Amino acid sequence: MRLLKINDTVNFMRLRIPALVFSTVLILASIGSLAVNQLNWGLDFTGGTLIEVGYPDKANLDEIRAELDAATFGDAVVQNFGSSHDVLIRLAPRDGVKSAEVGDQVMLALRATGKEVDMRRIEFVGPNVGEELTEQGGLAMLTALICILIYVAMRFEWRFALGSVSALAHDVIITLGLFSFLHLEFDLTILAAVLAVIGYSLNDTIVVSDRIRENFRKIRKAEPEEIINISLTQTLNRTIITSVTTVLVLLALFFVGGALIHGFSTALLFGVVIGTYSSIYISSSVALLLGISKEDLIPEEIEKEGEDLEPMP
Amino acid sequence: MLNQTPIWKYILVLLVVGASALYALPNIYGEDHAIQISAGRNAQVTQAMVPEIETILKASDVTTKRIDFTDGKILVRVNSSDSQLVAREVLEAQLGDDYYVAMNLAPDTPQWLAALGGSPMKLGLDLRGGVHFLMEVDMNSAISKATEDMVGDFRTALREEKIRYRTVKQVGDAVTIQFRDQETLDKARFFLRNRNPDLDFNERDGLIIRATFSENRLVQIRDYAVKQNITIIRNRVNQLGVAEPLVQKQGAERIVVQLPGIQDTAKAKEILNATATLEFRMVDQDNDVRDAVNGRIPPSSILVNDRSGRPQLLNKRVMLTGNHIIDANSGVDEYGIPQVNISLDSKGGTKMSQGTKDNIGNPMATVFIEYKATGERDSNDKLIFEKKEEVISIATIQARLGSNFRITGLDSPKEARDLALLLRAGALIAPITIVEERTVGPSLGAENIELGMKAIQGGLLLVLFFMLVYYKAFGIVANIALVANLVMIVGVMSMIPGATLTLPGMAGIVLTVGMAVDANVLIFERIREELREGRSPQQAIHHGYDSAFSTILDANITTFIAGLILFAVGTGPIKGFSITLMIGIATSMFTAIVLTRVIVNLIWGGRRLESLSI
Repeated sequence: MRLLKINDTVNFMRLRIPALVFSTVLILASIGSLAVNQLNWGLDFTGGTLIEVGYPDKANLDEIRAELDAATFGDAVVQNFGSSHDVLIRLAPRDGVKSAEVGDQVMLALRATGKEVDMRRIEFVGPNVGEELTEQGGLAMLTALICILIYVAMRFEWRFALGSVSALAHDVIITLGLFSFLHLEFDLTILAAVLAVIGYSLNDTIVVSDRIRENFRKIRKAEPEEIINISLTQTLNRTIITSVTTVLVLLALFFVGGALIHGFSTALLFGVVIGTYSSIYISSSVALLLGISKEDLIPEEIEKEGEDLEPMP
Repeated sequence: MLNQTPIWKYILVLLVVGASALYALPNIYGEDHAIQISAGRNAQVTQAMVPEIETILKASDVTTKRIDFTDGKILVRVNSSDSQLVAREVLEAQLGDDYYVAMNLAPDTPQWLAALGGSPMKLGLDLRGGVHFLMEVDMNSAISKATEDMVGDFRTALREEKIRYRTVKQVGDAVTIQFRDQETLDKARFFLRNRNPDLDFNERDGLIIRATFSENRLVQIRDYAVKQNITIIRNRVNQLGVAEPLVQKQGAERIVVQLPGIQDTAKAKEILNATATLEFRMVDQDNDVRDAVNGRIPPSSILVNDRSGRPQLLNKRVMLTGNHIIDANSGVDEYGIPQVNISLDSKGGTKMSQGTKDNIGNPMATVFIEYKATGERDSNDKLIFEKKEEVISIATIQARLGSNFRITGLDSPKEARDLALLLRAGALIAPITIVEERTVGPSLGAENIELGMKAIQGGLLLVLFFMLVYYKAFGIVANIALVANLVMIVGVMSMIPGATLTLPGMAGIVLTVGMAVDANVLIFERIREELREGRSPQQAIHHGYDSAFSTILDANITTFIAGLILFAVGTGPIKGFSITLMIGIATSMFTAIVLTRVIVNLIWGGRRLESLSI
């Protein structure tokens, strides 16, 4: 079985200008949305208290709001979480000294009427911790991008490195843009997902770049654009199949993984799609724009690994 | 001949996969409801207690599965959560306050596996339920208190040295001393500098010396404040009866406390914030202890039991309270006899000196006061704490004491260590606040495991099916590798002591399942390409594996870098995710490249082939 029976080279690079325009528009829209809507920062970054409770029957949100109001928690945001039985209550950080006790007080208030309430989780994050986590998260993302830039520049060539890092930045910005556009909550697990998207998209980009490098050496007489087209065509099947298997497991995660990792799987699902697109269009287009040519890759031939080694037993 | 595998490679693959499978095995056995008994301060758990516990439990009709004694703890395994509850109540009542009785879930790993070091993966709090606290030590008050002490210390020292000063006062985190003339100032500076090498002295206009802590000393103060808090928290956590608590320093001024299985977080917080204090009192030698025990306690005295339960008669007047203690360390004197060195702040030093000057040759008692939760609540739903007093040492005063003195006459270095620890616990130099709390109820924990398992199973089945349909015979090989990969991830996670499985970690495993086949897809697509170009099947297999190798390596190394950075920078959920991601990358490289090659060679290698089922 073959997914796509392609015998001729697909002229991917013909669409390179429209793709670049499309991506630029997406990036600008994302930045715009991030500037206007901002990210819906989760508890991990803003600080505050979050309480998830479970009721044996369908929860009455208005009643809960009234109960909380009576207990001076009028500013609480109350919403269903996952199912109609589960309720999520969020409270902004308050100026009291004993902010760590807010969660327990809320539980007391909810149980005051003698109702059966199951405490499912309480999370409290102090405002300072939140700030630090934001800092750490941004730092993690930057460090990751820089380290990858260095590795790819060492292994391949700086044009490829810049190409793949711009593809990564492209994916990250657009994924963040989607989160801000849809007002999805951005917490630590989403951050992990975004970093996983970086990993995935990178994987894709490296595979394509590797093939481009190989073809530059193998095919002596061809324009860079043609070589990129040949390489993309050759790797197209693999790109699609890997995306399919990854999307399959992510769908499993999205549908049965529960409400807690919904955001995580959403970010990854979107990221995988955008990552696949960017590995085809962004990284190679950028490398091409920067003027990648056969000469850039020839000196490396001497030190190329794998080719001249003994065949793997 | 192409595509032959040397024998050593078969053995290597078998060994690696076999070992991972062996260490993954403990995870399929369930968990026993268990009771863990550990010793309190004044007791010891020994093998000899096992029959006693057996009798106690038999008397209340609790059937036990097994009772083990290891590492100074006894683990009683029972059959159900009901008998676990009964057993805990009975044991708590019978063993008394000296032992901590905690409910626990103990892995039901068969003994032969446990003997090989096998144990199941550790589950994070989000999967097993429990509380995670991040506490911050208030360094400002630690430094402020140390500065305060510096003021008193300077006054006493200068007075003793007969150096006249105008004022000594605290200004922020510094102390300024004003003098009348330059000559005295120079003299004082020379003297103080020699006496306090860990302080920085600067001269200011107006005949003023400004003293600040050196960077080293500040580090020391901070370090000590954190260590002291950790010691105290560990003590209190024991009271909670948690089976596997974790109390750990995080960063420069934070402490992580993890209490798996705790439900009542309010109680946990109250106990962690409870106070313990120390008091020094003179022993009442004028009256008879036996009279007091019989009810005739003199009005100026109190009766307090010592650690072995013997009553001691002490003066009611407190000579010194423990909040003056700055530091207490155990050590040995020049003859190798264990001792505890105590440092007091300047106020405490003055009090001690006054209190002891007329009491040389008399015994002084150190009383440890602790507030223990009784488990009952008052009308405001606050926990009721019970005050517990105990004489932890009685020592004869040998000379007039100042701010530094020592307690000798201890039986063993262990006793010296315990006493030093208790003395330190008496006074918190820096208060702590909870800056982060994450509590997961048991129902959510169980649900998370179930959902995570479902997602892994679902994702795995989908991928297995897809690979089978798409690559046929080679798909089966890839599927074997995929399953082996999962087993290896679980095995490695179980082997690494620090690795815990969290919900994001499970998501990481799911993701690895999806991405692990990538290496095989790369190889198989290469083989197809080679076939299309007209190579023979054997050549195609050989070249397919060969040319895909460097691509796979590059792709995986870069993803691994991302994982490594996540691990280094992230905390909590991100760390859990990155661990499984990195382990998954490493194991998938092995299964997708080495394992599948061995299988492919075994099936197709070294034969004449007309076509390949790919």
